[in-house]
Amino acid sequence: MVNKLSSSELEELKKVSLNIRKNILKMIHSAKSGHPGGALSCCDILNVLFTKVMTHYSECEKNPNYKNRDRFILSKGHASAALYSVMAECGYIKEEELLTFRKLGSNLQGHPCCNKLKGIEISTGSLGQGLSIGCGMALGLRLDKINSRVYVLLGDGELQEGSVWEAAMNAAHHKLNNITAIIDYNGLQIDGKTDNIKSLGDINSKFKAFGWDTIEIDGHNYDEIYNALITSKTNTNPTAIIAHTVKGKGISFMENNPGWHGKAPNDEQLDLALKELVEGK
Amino acid sequence: MERECKSVRSAYGNTLLELGRENKNIVVLDADLSCSTQTQIFAKEFPERFFDIGIAEQDLMTTAAGLACTGKIPFVSTFAMFATGRAWEQIRNTICYSNLNVKIAATHGGITVGEDGASHQSLEDISLMRSIPNMTVIVPADEKETKEAVKYAANTYGPFYIRIARTNLPDVYDTSYKFNSKKAIIMQEGKDISLITNGETLVETLDCAKILKEKGISAEVISMPVVKPADKETVINSAKKTQRLITIENHSIIGGLGSCVCEILSENYPVKVIRLGINDEFGQSGNAKELMNFYGLTGEKLAQNIMGILK
Repeated sequence: MVNKLSSSELEELKKVSLNIRKNILKMIHSAKSGHPGGALSCCDILNVLFTKVMTHYSECEKNPNYKNRDRFILSKGHASAALYSVMAECGYIKEEELLTFRKLGSNLQGHPCCNKLKGIEISTGSLGQGLSIGCGMALGLRLDKINSRVYVLLGDGELQEGSVWEAAMNAAHHKLNNITAIIDYNGLQIDGKTDNIKSLGDINSKFKAFGWDTIEIDGHNYDEIYNALITSKTNTNPTAIIAHTVKGKGISFMENNPGWHGKAPNDEQLDLALKELVEGK
Repeated sequence: MERECKSVRSAYGNTLLELGRENKNIVVLDADLSCSTQTQIFAKEFPERFFDIGIAEQDLMTTAAGLACTGKIPFVSTFAMFATGRAWEQIRNTICYSNLNVKIAATHGGITVGEDGASHQSLEDISLMRSIPNMTVIVPADEKETKEAVKYAANTYGPFYIRIARTNLPDVYDTSYKFNSKKAIIMQEGKDISLITNGETLVETLDCAKILKEKGISAEVISMPVVKPADKETVINSAKKTQRLITIENHSIIGGLGSCVCEILSENYPVKVIRLGINDEFGQSGNAKELMNFYGLTGEKLAQNIMGILK
């Protein structure tokens, strides 16, 4: 692998992911609603992206370089608990604020809202819109000759939205090599397996056919995530990273179970889940 | 009546060009209709700031949203039907919820799309746009008002919907006209009835008022280009004066200007309001003039109708 993380960096990432997972579970438990499955499947990716790859500033506009930051769009907005937890690790949110998630008056809306929380580039939640937004940002940055990168995280079920492919075509047409799409390919959606509902077919070939560079990785392997993200920066075309993930990753009874797409753990389930995490599964 | 008519779409394209020369943050997006919407005028001088997104209206709106996030002022054009229909949810959830500085200037609104028929005649766009928070909705009536509305939108932060007519229109305002986002315009005072309108039906309403005058009916004509946020005061004051209102619009009578006026009056000064426009039905093919006549929106037809109502 070309771009490698040191063993101490790997240790740190592991520690942070553990905390992110704990917070995801606590937030959703406290809110009595939310989306644990898809948050746990993408949180390792977000961890590497935010702590090792992206240039970003938690003080937002107060930083003179803010305009030159990399941009992130959570197109699968329902994984908001993962994003907020990662943002807390990076200093955007105080850890205690996390438990206001989904509650009346909170900055931490069920799906990210840019007018409530600094650091959210744009409000998302309705699937199929993030890649297009990302292309618009990439075009704008290119016009201003700003050398920043746009990262968009999509769900695999989300690829069933036709607008994703409109955007895929647009990105290739404009040769937007400043955009990286990451597909959280956990194979499940609310009603069951994507293969049984509307098969995505060969995602890799589809993106290639649309004119994208593609990288296929294990979305829970820090080295592979890191290498793919760094590699995407020097590709000549827009890059799609197809990250194979496990929905509900880290919690045995949530893993690969579509029932945990949009359900909160009860007290007992939370205890059980937190114990599993402490035991370092 | 033969009058010199001017292309409001060309006025739109030329205003974009003017704005583009003054401000490098102006960018323009279209969905394969730049020859119809006249965004091609901008595209010729600023190809690097013009994006033809192709036949993909959802992508059109959300790409504009992304550009707005980087400080650009995107003007987005296509036919009203596809801008507000196909991409409504992109406008609602991405542009307006995030309160982005995106200007949707759609052409070909209303029945006057003509020969293309019902599939292309947007009779619901004002209704669809008016119900979204943060959105400003403007329906200009002539070349001058179109130019000024576009400039106002460019210089005012937030999402806008501007409906630009397909048809060429005569000047209805005199040279002293200045666009005022907060005030509806009393085109002429009257005491028997108030006629409230905007866009393409303003000239027809003025013709109608002339005919009514010959019959001894004094009509107050109000032009209300800004449907949202609406100037309530002018509507209420006119209602107090005439006690009877008729709204006239090139749009479905559900959800557009007529509904807007009814909302204002039912809460503030309930009087009878009759909404003239396209009833709850789809349009059909025909040339614009024939259709305006068929649906009762020409000056003459309006006058006949209103005299019947007043009897």
